[in-house]
Amino acid sequence: MQFALLIYESPDAFASRRNVEEADAYLGAWRAYHKALLEAGVFVGGDPLQGPETATTVRLKEGKRRVQDGPFADAKEQLGGFTILEVPSLDAALEWAARCPAASIGAVEVRPLSPEYRRKVTG
Amino acid sequence: MNAGGPVEAHRAIERVARESYGRLVAYLSANTRDVASAEDALSNALISALTTWPRDGVPQNPEAWLLTAARHSFIDLVRHRQVAEASEPTLLLLREDSVDMNLSAEFPDERLKLLFVCAHPAIDPAMHTPLMLQTVLGLDAARIAHAFLISPANMGQRLVRAKTKIRDGGIQFEVPQQDELPPRIDAVLEAIYAAFGIGWDDMAGVDQRGRDLAEEAIWLGRVLLQLMPEEAEVRGLLALMLHCEARRRARRGPDGRYIPLSEQDPKQWSRPLIDEAERLLAEASSHRQAGRFQLEAAIQSVHADRTRSGRTEWSAIVMFYEQLLRISPTLGTRTGYAAAVGEANGPQVGLAILDRINPNDVSAYQPFWAVRAHLLQRLGKTSEAADAFDRAIGLAEDSAVRNFLLQRRG
Repeated sequence: MQFALLIYESPDAFASRRNVEEADAYLGAWRAYHKALLEAGVFVGGDPLQGPETATTVRLKEGKRRVQDGPFADAKEQLGGFTILEVPSLDAALEWAARCPAASIGAVEVRPLSPEYRRKVTG
Repeated sequence: MNAGGPVEAHRAIERVARESYGRLVAYLSANTRDVASAEDALSNALISALTTWPRDGVPQNPEAWLLTAARHSFIDLVRHRQVAEASEPTLLLLREDSVDMNLSAEFPDERLKLLFVCAHPAIDPAMHTPLMLQTVLGLDAARIAHAFLISPANMGQRLVRAKTKIRDGGIQFEVPQQDELPPRIDAVLEAIYAAFGIGWDDMAGVDQRGRDLAEEAIWLGRVLLQLMPEEAEVRGLLALMLHCEARRRARRGPDGRYIPLSEQDPKQWSRPLIDEAERLLAEASSHRQAGRFQLEAAIQSVHADRTRSGRTEWSAIVMFYEQLLRISPTLGTRTGYAAAVGEANGPQVGLAILDRINPNDVSAYQPFWAVRAHLLQRLGKTSEAADAFDRAIGLAEDSAVRNFLLQRRG
Protein backbone atom coordinates (compact mmCIF):
# COMPACT_ATOMS: atom_id res chain seq x y z
CA MET A 1 0.00 0.00 0.00
CA GLN A 2 1.15 3.50 -0.68
CA PHE A 3 0.86 6.25 1.89
CA ALA A 4 1.68 9.93 1.81
CA LEU A 5 3.37 11.47 4.80
CA LEU A 6 2.34 15.12 4.78
CA ILE A 7 4.94 16.96 6.78
CA TYR A 8 3.82 20.00 8.76
CA GLU A 9 6.56 22.22 10.07
CA SER A 10 6.88 25.18 12.41
CA PRO A 11 8.25 28.58 11.32
CA ASP A 12 11.48 27.66 13.16
CA ALA A 13 11.89 24.53 11.09
CA PHE A 14 11.44 26.50 7.87
CA ALA A 15 13.91 29.11 9.13
CA SER A 16 16.49 26.45 9.92
CA ARG A 17 16.69 25.61 6.23
CA ARG A 18 18.52 28.87 5.65
CA ASN A 19 21.07 27.77 8.20
CA VAL A 20 24.34 27.37 6.27
CA GLU A 21 25.92 25.26 9.01
CA GLU A 22 26.54 21.81 7.60
CA ALA A 23 26.28 20.48 11.15
CA ASP A 24 22.67 21.65 11.47
CA ALA A 25 21.01 18.95 13.57
CA TYR A 26 17.64 19.10 11.80
CA LEU A 27 19.27 18.70 8.39
CA GLY A 28 21.41 15.85 9.73
CA ALA A 29 18.32 14.11 11.06
CA TRP A 30 16.57 14.48 7.69
CA ARG A 31 19.54 13.11 5.78
CA ALA A 32 19.67 10.10 8.07
CA TYR A 33 15.91 9.59 7.85
CA HIS A 34 15.99 9.70 4.06
CA LYS A 35 18.82 7.20 4.01
CA ALA A 36 16.91 4.88 6.36
CA LEU A 37 13.82 5.07 4.09
CA LEU A 38 15.91 4.20 1.03
CA GLU A 39 17.79 1.36 2.73
CA ALA A 40 14.56 -0.15 4.03
CA GLY A 41 13.19 -0.10 0.46
CA VAL A 42 10.03 1.84 1.34
CA PHE A 43 10.74 5.20 -0.33
CA VAL A 44 8.65 5.87 -3.45
CA GLY A 45 9.08 9.61 -3.83
CA GLY A 46 8.67 12.99 -2.25
CA ASP A 47 10.11 16.45 -1.99
CA PRO A 48 10.41 19.37 0.37
CA LEU A 49 8.45 22.54 -0.41
CA GLN A 50 9.65 26.10 -0.07
CA GLY A 51 8.25 28.06 2.85
CA PRO A 52 4.58 29.12 3.16
CA GLU A 53 5.51 32.76 2.44
CA THR A 54 6.30 31.68 -1.14
CA ALA A 55 2.79 30.28 -1.63
CA THR A 56 0.13 31.79 -3.86
CA THR A 57 -3.43 30.54 -3.63
CA VAL A 58 -5.84 30.73 -6.57
CA ARG A 59 -9.64 30.49 -6.55
CA LEU A 60 -12.40 31.25 -9.03
CA LYS A 61 -15.45 32.83 -7.42
CA GLU A 62 -18.44 33.21 -9.78
CA GLY A 63 -16.07 33.09 -12.69
CA LYS A 64 -13.81 35.77 -11.24
CA ARG A 65 -10.21 35.06 -10.44
CA ARG A 66 -9.14 35.48 -6.85
CA VAL A 67 -5.45 35.32 -6.08
CA GLN A 68 -4.22 35.37 -2.52
CA ASP A 69 -0.69 35.73 -1.17
CA GLY A 70 0.18 32.95 1.17
CA PRO A 71 -0.98 29.40 1.83
CA PHE A 72 -4.54 28.07 1.70
CA ALA A 73 -4.79 27.36 5.43
CA ASP A 74 -3.79 29.97 7.99
CA ALA A 75 -2.12 27.86 10.65
CA LYS A 76 1.08 28.02 12.67
CA GLU A 77 2.37 24.76 11.23
CA GLN A 78 2.44 24.59 7.46
CA LEU A 79 2.95 21.90 4.86
CA GLY A 80 6.69 21.68 4.37
CA GLY A 81 6.95 18.64 2.16
CA PHE A 82 5.67 15.18 1.46
CA THR A 83 6.99 11.67 1.20
CA ILE A 84 5.32 8.72 -0.51
CA LEU A 85 6.00 5.31 1.04
CA GLU A 86 5.27 1.77 -0.06
CA VAL A 87 4.62 -0.26 3.10
CA PRO A 88 2.49 -3.29 3.99
CA SER A 89 0.06 -1.51 6.31
CA LEU A 90 -1.05 1.70 8.02
CA ASP A 91 0.74 0.48 11.16
CA ALA A 92 4.04 0.42 9.29
CA ALA A 93 3.37 3.86 7.81
CA LEU A 94 2.71 5.23 11.31
CA GLU A 95 6.02 3.75 12.53
CA TRP A 96 7.84 5.64 9.80
CA ALA A 97 5.87 8.81 10.53
CA ALA A 98 6.95 8.63 14.18
CA ARG A 99 10.59 8.44 13.11
CA CYS A 100 10.28 11.48 10.85
CA PRO A 101 12.33 14.36 12.29
CA ALA A 102 9.34 16.69 11.85
CA ALA A 103 7.17 14.55 14.15
CA SER A 104 8.92 15.79 17.30
CA ILE A 105 8.69 19.48 16.43
CA GLY A 106 5.71 19.65 14.06
CA ALA A 107 3.29 17.01 12.88
CA VAL A 108 3.14 14.30 10.26
CA GLU A 109 -0.20 13.47 8.68
CA VAL A 110 -0.45 9.98 7.21
CA ARG A 111 -2.88 9.43 4.32
CA PRO A 112 -3.32 6.44 2.05
CA LEU A 113 -3.10 7.24 -1.66
CA SER A 114 -6.26 6.48 -3.62
CA PRO A 115 -5.45 4.20 -6.57
CA GLU A 116 -9.23 3.62 -7.11
CA TYR A 117 -9.90 7.29 -7.73
CA ARG A 118 -6.75 7.56 -9.78
CA ARG A 119 -8.07 4.82 -12.07
CA LYS A 120 -11.37 6.68 -12.47
CA VAL A 121 -9.52 9.87 -13.32
CA THR A 122 -7.05 8.34 -15.74
CA GLY A 123 -9.67 6.08 -17.29
CA MET B 1 -22.91 5.64 54.78
CA ASN B 2 -19.85 7.57 55.85
CA ALA B 3 -19.80 11.28 56.34
CA GLY B 4 -17.55 13.27 54.05
CA GLY B 5 -17.72 15.93 51.40
CA PRO B 6 -17.78 15.71 47.62
CA VAL B 7 -13.97 15.89 47.43
CA GLU B 8 -13.61 12.84 49.57
CA ALA B 9 -16.27 11.11 47.48
CA HIS B 10 -14.41 11.80 44.25
CA ARG B 11 -11.19 10.54 45.74
CA ALA B 12 -12.93 7.39 46.95
CA ILE B 13 -14.32 6.77 43.47
CA GLU B 14 -10.90 7.20 41.91
CA ARG B 15 -9.32 4.84 44.42
CA VAL B 16 -11.98 2.16 44.14
CA ALA B 17 -11.98 2.46 40.35
CA ARG B 18 -8.23 2.02 40.19
CA GLU B 19 -8.00 -0.83 42.66
CA SER B 20 -11.18 -2.66 41.85
CA TYR B 21 -11.73 -2.09 38.15
CA GLY B 22 -10.11 -5.33 37.04
CA ARG B 23 -11.58 -7.33 39.91
CA LEU B 24 -15.09 -6.13 39.08
CA VAL B 25 -14.77 -6.59 35.31
CA ALA B 26 -13.24 -10.03 35.79
CA TYR B 27 -15.96 -11.09 38.19
CA LEU B 28 -18.78 -9.74 36.02
CA SER B 29 -17.45 -11.36 32.86
CA ALA B 30 -16.16 -14.66 34.23
CA ASN B 31 -19.53 -16.39 33.89
CA THR B 32 -20.96 -14.49 30.95
CA ARG B 33 -17.72 -14.07 28.93
CA ASP B 34 -19.21 -10.73 27.95
CA VAL B 35 -16.31 -8.40 28.76
CA ALA B 36 -17.69 -5.46 26.78
CA SER B 37 -21.00 -5.45 28.66
CA ALA B 38 -19.19 -5.90 31.97
CA GLU B 39 -17.12 -2.81 31.21
CA ASP B 40 -20.15 -0.81 30.13
CA ALA B 41 -22.00 -1.89 33.26
CA LEU B 42 -19.10 -0.89 35.48
CA SER B 43 -18.75 2.50 33.83
CA ASN B 44 -22.48 3.11 34.36
CA ALA B 45 -21.98 2.17 38.01
CA LEU B 46 -19.05 4.58 38.29
CA ILE B 47 -21.13 7.37 36.74
CA SER B 48 -23.94 6.80 39.23
CA ALA B 49 -21.38 6.74 42.07
CA LEU B 50 -20.22 10.17 40.89
CA THR B 51 -23.73 11.55 41.46
CA THR B 52 -24.72 9.53 44.53
CA TRP B 53 -21.60 9.45 46.69
CA PRO B 54 -20.95 13.20 46.91
CA ARG B 55 -24.61 13.62 47.94
CA ASP B 56 -25.14 10.67 50.30
CA GLY B 57 -21.58 9.98 51.39
CA VAL B 58 -19.22 7.20 50.48
CA PRO B 59 -20.74 3.77 51.22
CA GLN B 60 -19.07 1.63 53.83
CA ASN B 61 -18.11 -0.95 51.26
CA PRO B 62 -17.61 1.01 48.04
CA GLU B 63 -16.56 -2.00 46.01
CA ALA B 64 -19.68 -3.98 46.91
CA TRP B 65 -21.80 -0.91 46.12
CA LEU B 66 -20.21 -0.68 42.67
CA LEU B 67 -20.65 -4.39 42.09
CA THR B 68 -24.36 -4.24 42.92
CA ALA B 69 -24.92 -1.19 40.74
CA ALA B 70 -22.88 -2.72 37.92
CA ARG B 71 -24.79 -5.96 38.11
CA HIS B 72 -28.14 -4.17 37.78
CA SER B 73 -26.82 -2.22 34.82
CA PHE B 74 -25.41 -5.42 33.30
CA ILE B 75 -28.82 -7.11 33.42
CA ASP B 76 -30.39 -4.06 31.72
CA LEU B 77 -27.68 -4.00 29.07
CA VAL B 78 -28.05 -7.66 28.26
CA ARG B 79 -31.88 -7.31 28.15
CA HIS B 80 -31.62 -4.43 25.75
CA ARG B 81 -29.51 -6.38 23.36
CA GLN B 82 -31.80 -7.45 20.55
CA VAL B 83 -30.75 -11.08 20.53
CA ALA B 84 -33.17 -12.17 23.22
CA GLU B 85 -32.71 -15.91 22.97
CA ALA B 86 -28.93 -15.69 22.89
CA SER B 87 -28.84 -13.56 26.03
CA GLU B 88 -31.12 -15.79 28.08
CA PRO B 89 -28.31 -17.95 29.50
CA THR B 90 -26.42 -14.80 30.48
CA LEU B 91 -29.38 -13.52 32.48
CA LEU B 92 -29.70 -16.87 34.16
CA LEU B 93 -26.05 -16.84 35.14
CA LEU B 94 -26.37 -13.36 36.57
CA ARG B 95 -29.44 -14.29 38.55
CA GLU B 96 -27.91 -17.46 39.93
CA ASP B 97 -25.04 -15.82 41.68
CA SER B 98 -27.00 -12.74 42.71
CA VAL B 99 -28.70 -14.82 45.39
CA ASP B 100 -25.63 -15.46 47.48
CA MET B 101 -23.90 -12.18 46.74
CA ASN B 102 -25.82 -9.56 48.70
CA LEU B 103 -23.62 -6.66 49.75
CA SER B 104 -20.59 -8.63 50.75
CA ALA B 105 -17.26 -7.67 49.21
CA GLU B 106 -16.20 -11.27 49.45
CA PHE B 107 -16.42 -12.10 45.80
CA PRO B 108 -13.77 -14.27 44.17
CA ASP B 109 -10.86 -12.59 42.43
CA GLU B 110 -11.17 -13.72 38.82
CA ARG B 111 -8.46 -11.47 37.43
CA LEU B 112 -6.10 -14.35 36.75
CA LYS B 113 -8.69 -15.94 34.46
CA LEU B 114 -9.20 -12.58 32.78
CA LEU B 115 -5.43 -12.21 32.21
CA PHE B 116 -5.33 -15.65 30.60
CA VAL B 117 -8.33 -14.77 28.43
CA CYS B 118 -6.64 -11.54 27.26
CA ALA B 119 -3.52 -13.48 26.23
CA HIS B 120 -5.43 -16.45 24.82
CA PRO B 121 -3.88 -18.05 21.70
CA ALA B 122 -7.15 -17.50 19.80
CA ILE B 123 -6.79 -13.72 20.26
CA ASP B 124 -4.53 -11.76 17.89
CA PRO B 125 -1.21 -11.50 19.79
CA ALA B 126 -1.01 -7.80 18.94
CA MET B 127 -4.17 -7.30 20.98
CA HIS B 128 -3.08 -9.16 24.14
CA THR B 129 -1.56 -6.10 25.79
CA PRO B 130 -4.24 -3.58 24.75
CA LEU B 131 -6.95 -5.92 26.05
CA MET B 132 -5.23 -6.30 29.41
CA LEU B 133 -4.70 -2.58 29.76
CA GLN B 134 -8.35 -1.95 29.08
CA THR B 135 -10.08 -4.76 30.93
CA VAL B 136 -7.81 -5.08 33.97
CA LEU B 137 -6.76 -1.46 34.43
CA GLY B 138 -9.59 0.41 32.74
CA LEU B 139 -7.39 2.45 30.36
CA ASP B 140 -9.33 4.07 27.54
CA ALA B 141 -8.80 3.11 23.91
CA ALA B 142 -7.31 6.49 22.98
CA ARG B 143 -4.54 6.26 25.58
CA ILE B 144 -3.73 2.70 24.51
CA ALA B 145 -3.76 3.81 20.86
CA HIS B 146 -1.17 6.53 21.59
CA ALA B 147 1.10 4.07 23.32
CA PHE B 148 0.92 1.55 20.48
CA LEU B 149 1.03 4.10 17.66
CA ILE B 150 -2.29 3.05 16.23
CA SER B 151 -5.13 5.41 15.30
CA PRO B 152 -7.61 5.69 18.21
CA ALA B 153 -10.59 4.69 16.01
CA ASN B 154 -8.71 1.67 14.75
CA MET B 155 -7.67 0.64 18.27
CA GLY B 156 -11.28 0.99 19.42
CA GLN B 157 -12.48 -1.30 16.61
CA ARG B 158 -9.78 -3.89 17.29
CA LEU B 159 -10.69 -3.96 20.98
CA VAL B 160 -14.37 -4.43 20.16
CA ARG B 161 -13.56 -7.27 17.74
CA ALA B 162 -11.39 -9.00 20.33
CA LYS B 163 -14.11 -8.77 22.96
CA THR B 164 -16.71 -10.13 20.55
CA LYS B 165 -14.40 -13.06 19.94
CA ILE B 166 -14.08 -13.66 23.67
CA ARG B 167 -17.87 -13.64 24.03
CA ASP B 168 -18.77 -15.68 20.98
CA GLY B 169 -15.62 -17.68 20.25
CA GLY B 170 -15.87 -20.20 23.06
CA ILE B 171 -12.88 -18.84 24.97
CA GLN B 172 -13.19 -20.13 28.52
CA PHE B 173 -12.53 -18.09 31.64
CA GLU B 174 -10.24 -20.54 33.33
CA VAL B 175 -6.71 -21.03 34.55
CA PRO B 176 -5.06 -23.42 32.06
CA GLN B 177 -4.30 -26.99 33.05
CA GLN B 178 -0.79 -27.78 34.24
CA ASP B 179 0.30 -29.30 30.91
CA GLU B 180 -0.54 -26.18 28.90
CA LEU B 181 0.33 -23.71 31.63
CA PRO B 182 3.92 -22.74 30.66
CA PRO B 183 3.16 -21.39 27.15
CA ARG B 184 0.02 -19.66 28.40
CA ILE B 185 1.92 -17.94 31.24
CA ASP B 186 4.57 -16.87 28.72
CA ALA B 187 1.88 -15.14 26.68
CA VAL B 188 0.64 -13.26 29.76
CA LEU B 189 4.19 -12.24 30.73
CA GLU B 190 4.96 -11.14 27.17
CA ALA B 191 1.83 -9.00 27.10
CA ILE B 192 2.73 -7.28 30.36
CA TYR B 193 6.31 -6.70 29.19
CA ALA B 194 5.04 -5.27 25.91
CA ALA B 195 3.17 -2.64 27.91
CA PHE B 196 6.40 -1.73 29.68
CA GLY B 197 8.06 -0.84 26.40
CA ILE B 198 10.93 -2.18 24.43
CA GLY B 199 14.54 -1.31 23.78
CA TRP B 200 15.73 -0.44 27.24
CA ASP B 201 19.08 1.17 27.64
CA ASP B 202 21.45 -1.77 27.44
CA MET B 203 23.38 -0.04 24.74
CA ALA B 204 24.63 3.37 23.79
CA GLY B 205 22.13 5.33 21.75
CA VAL B 206 19.49 2.70 21.39
CA ASP B 207 16.09 4.12 20.62
CA GLN B 208 13.94 3.66 23.69
CA ARG B 209 10.40 3.39 22.64
CA GLY B 210 8.89 3.77 26.05
CA ARG B 211 5.16 3.56 25.85
CA ASP B 212 4.51 5.77 28.87
CA LEU B 213 2.81 2.75 30.38
CA ALA B 214 5.65 1.60 32.65
CA GLU B 215 3.66 2.27 35.80
CA GLU B 216 0.69 0.32 34.43
CA ALA B 217 2.89 -2.60 33.40
CA ILE B 218 4.46 -2.76 36.87
CA TRP B 219 0.99 -2.68 38.40
CA LEU B 220 -0.05 -5.62 36.18
CA GLY B 221 3.14 -7.44 37.18
CA ARG B 222 2.28 -6.97 40.86
CA VAL B 223 -1.28 -8.22 40.29
CA LEU B 224 0.06 -11.31 38.55
CA LEU B 225 2.59 -11.96 41.33
CA GLN B 226 -0.17 -11.74 43.92
CA LEU B 227 -2.21 -14.27 41.91
CA MET B 228 0.66 -16.63 40.99
CA PRO B 229 3.22 -16.39 43.78
CA GLU B 230 4.78 -19.73 42.84
CA GLU B 231 5.89 -18.80 39.32
CA ALA B 232 9.56 -17.80 39.21
CA GLU B 233 9.21 -16.01 35.87
CA VAL B 234 6.56 -13.68 37.27
CA ARG B 235 9.12 -12.51 39.83
CA GLY B 236 11.73 -12.34 37.06
CA LEU B 237 9.54 -10.07 34.95
CA LEU B 238 8.74 -7.77 37.87
CA ALA B 239 12.44 -7.61 38.83
CA LEU B 240 13.37 -6.74 35.23
CA MET B 241 10.81 -3.93 35.05
CA LEU B 242 11.80 -2.52 38.45
CA HIS B 243 15.50 -2.50 37.55
CA CYS B 244 14.76 -0.52 34.39
CA GLU B 245 12.33 1.77 36.18
CA ALA B 246 14.97 2.48 38.83
CA ARG B 247 17.04 4.27 36.17
CA ARG B 248 14.26 6.39 34.71
CA ARG B 249 15.49 9.67 36.20
CA ALA B 250 19.12 9.04 35.30
CA ARG B 251 18.39 8.54 31.59
CA ARG B 252 17.90 12.24 30.94
CA GLY B 253 20.08 15.20 31.83
CA PRO B 254 18.55 18.30 33.41
CA ASP B 255 18.34 19.78 29.89
CA GLY B 256 16.48 16.74 28.54
CA ARG B 257 19.64 15.32 26.99
CA TYR B 258 19.79 11.52 26.56
CA ILE B 259 22.31 9.82 28.83
CA PRO B 260 23.29 6.25 27.88
CA LEU B 261 23.52 3.65 30.62
CA SER B 262 27.34 3.65 30.64
CA GLU B 263 27.40 7.37 31.44
CA GLN B 264 24.60 7.44 34.00
CA ASP B 265 25.38 8.42 37.55
CA PRO B 266 24.40 5.41 39.68
CA LYS B 267 23.61 7.77 42.54
CA GLN B 268 20.61 8.88 40.47
CA TRP B 269 19.20 5.37 40.37
CA SER B 270 16.38 4.55 42.76
CA ARG B 271 17.78 2.46 45.60
CA PRO B 272 14.39 1.17 46.89
CA LEU B 273 13.41 -0.08 43.42
CA ILE B 274 16.78 -1.78 42.91
CA ASP B 275 16.52 -3.41 46.35
CA GLU B 276 13.03 -4.69 45.58
CA ALA B 277 14.16 -6.02 42.20
CA GLU B 278 17.13 -7.78 43.77
CA ARG B 279 14.93 -9.37 46.43
CA LEU B 280 12.45 -10.61 43.80
CA LEU B 281 15.26 -12.02 41.67
CA ALA B 282 16.78 -13.86 44.63
CA GLU B 283 13.37 -15.34 45.50
CA ALA B 284 12.87 -16.33 41.86
CA SER B 285 16.20 -18.14 41.66
CA SER B 286 15.30 -20.21 44.73
CA HIS B 287 12.58 -21.85 42.59
CA ARG B 288 15.26 -23.24 40.27
CA GLN B 289 13.21 -22.67 37.12
CA ALA B 290 15.42 -20.48 34.94
CA GLY B 291 13.63 -18.44 32.34
CA ARG B 292 13.91 -15.58 29.93
CA PHE B 293 12.75 -12.82 32.25
CA GLN B 294 14.96 -13.94 35.13
CA LEU B 295 17.96 -13.89 32.78
CA GLU B 296 17.08 -10.44 31.49
CA ALA B 297 16.63 -9.26 35.07
CA ALA B 298 19.98 -10.81 35.97
CA ILE B 299 21.63 -8.75 33.21
CA GLN B 300 20.08 -5.60 34.64
CA SER B 301 21.16 -6.70 38.10
CA VAL B 302 24.79 -6.81 36.93
CA HIS B 303 24.42 -3.23 35.67
CA ALA B 304 22.85 -2.22 38.97
CA ASP B 305 25.87 -3.59 40.80
CA ARG B 306 27.79 -0.56 39.55
CA THR B 307 26.30 1.37 42.47
CA ARG B 308 28.36 -0.84 44.77
CA SER B 309 31.50 -1.75 42.80
CA GLY B 310 31.82 1.26 40.51
CA ARG B 311 32.37 -1.01 37.49
CA THR B 312 30.39 -3.26 35.13
CA GLU B 313 31.17 -6.97 35.07
CA TRP B 314 30.71 -7.42 31.30
CA SER B 315 31.82 -11.06 31.33
CA ALA B 316 28.88 -11.87 33.63
CA ILE B 317 26.52 -10.07 31.24
CA VAL B 318 27.94 -12.04 28.30
CA MET B 319 27.33 -15.27 30.19
CA PHE B 320 23.69 -14.39 30.92
CA TYR B 321 23.18 -13.43 27.26
CA GLU B 322 24.57 -16.80 26.18
CA GLN B 323 21.97 -18.54 28.32
CA LEU B 324 19.29 -16.17 27.05
CA LEU B 325 20.18 -16.91 23.42
CA ARG B 326 19.47 -20.59 24.00
CA ILE B 327 15.91 -19.82 25.19
CA SER B 328 15.03 -16.72 23.23
CA PRO B 329 17.27 -15.94 20.23
CA THR B 330 15.41 -12.75 19.26
CA LEU B 331 16.90 -9.89 17.30
CA GLY B 332 17.03 -7.88 20.53
CA THR B 333 18.90 -10.60 22.39
CA ARG B 334 21.40 -11.08 19.58
CA THR B 335 22.04 -7.35 19.34
CA GLY B 336 22.41 -7.03 23.11
CA TYR B 337 24.78 -9.99 23.12
CA ALA B 338 26.95 -8.37 20.43
CA ALA B 339 27.09 -5.15 22.46
CA ALA B 340 28.07 -7.02 25.63
CA VAL B 341 30.72 -9.08 23.85
CA GLY B 342 32.02 -5.85 22.32
CA GLU B 343 32.61 -4.52 25.83
CA ALA B 344 33.98 -7.75 27.27
CA ASN B 345 36.15 -9.04 24.41
CA GLY B 346 36.65 -6.08 22.13
CA PRO B 347 34.67 -4.39 19.33
CA GLN B 348 35.97 -6.69 16.59
CA VAL B 349 34.42 -9.74 18.27
CA GLY B 350 31.16 -7.89 18.86
CA LEU B 351 30.99 -6.86 15.19
CA ALA B 352 31.53 -10.45 14.07
CA ILE B 353 28.38 -11.40 16.00
CA LEU B 354 26.39 -8.58 14.38
CA ASP B 355 27.63 -9.71 10.95
CA ARG B 356 25.96 -13.08 11.42
CA ILE B 357 22.51 -11.45 11.58
CA ASN B 358 20.55 -11.47 8.32
CA PRO B 359 20.65 -7.91 6.87
CA ASN B 360 16.98 -8.18 5.80
CA ASP B 361 15.96 -8.52 9.44
CA VAL B 362 17.58 -5.26 10.51
CA SER B 363 16.70 -2.79 7.75
CA ALA B 364 14.30 -1.05 10.15
CA TYR B 365 15.77 -2.22 13.49
CA GLN B 366 17.37 0.78 15.18
CA PRO B 367 19.32 -0.93 18.02
CA PHE B 368 21.35 -2.98 15.52
CA TRP B 369 22.62 0.17 13.82
CA ALA B 370 23.30 2.02 17.06
CA VAL B 371 25.41 -0.85 18.38
CA ARG B 372 27.16 -1.30 15.04
CA ALA B 373 28.00 2.40 14.87
CA HIS B 374 29.38 2.33 18.40
CA LEU B 375 31.59 -0.72 17.73
CA LEU B 376 32.89 0.61 14.38
CA GLN B 377 33.72 3.92 15.99
CA ARG B 378 35.73 2.19 18.69
CA LEU B 379 37.69 0.45 15.94
CA GLY B 380 38.41 3.82 14.33
CA LYS B 381 36.52 2.91 11.13
CA THR B 382 35.16 6.42 10.82
CA SER B 383 33.36 6.31 7.50
CA GLU B 384 31.69 2.93 8.07
CA ALA B 385 30.71 4.14 11.53
CA ALA B 386 29.17 7.31 10.05
CA ASP B 387 27.03 5.18 7.74
CA ALA B 388 25.78 3.07 10.63
CA PHE B 389 25.17 6.20 12.72
CA ASP B 390 23.02 7.58 9.90
CA ARG B 391 20.92 4.45 9.86
CA ALA B 392 20.49 4.57 13.66
CA ILE B 393 19.63 8.29 13.54
CA GLY B 394 17.17 7.80 10.69
CA LEU B 395 15.39 5.01 12.56
CA ALA B 396 15.33 6.78 15.93
CA GLU B 397 12.02 8.07 17.18
CA ASP B 398 13.08 9.97 20.28
CA SER B 399 14.62 13.33 19.40
CA ALA B 400 16.93 13.17 22.44
CA VAL B 401 18.35 9.87 21.21
CA ARG B 402 18.62 11.30 17.70
CA ASN B 403 20.58 14.32 18.95
CA PHE B 404 22.85 12.11 21.03
CA LEU B 405 23.67 9.98 18.00
CA LEU B 406 24.17 13.04 15.77
CA GLN B 407 26.72 14.31 18.27
CA ARG B 408 28.49 10.97 18.52
CA ARG B 409 28.60 10.72 14.76
CA GLY B 410 30.46 14.04 14.60
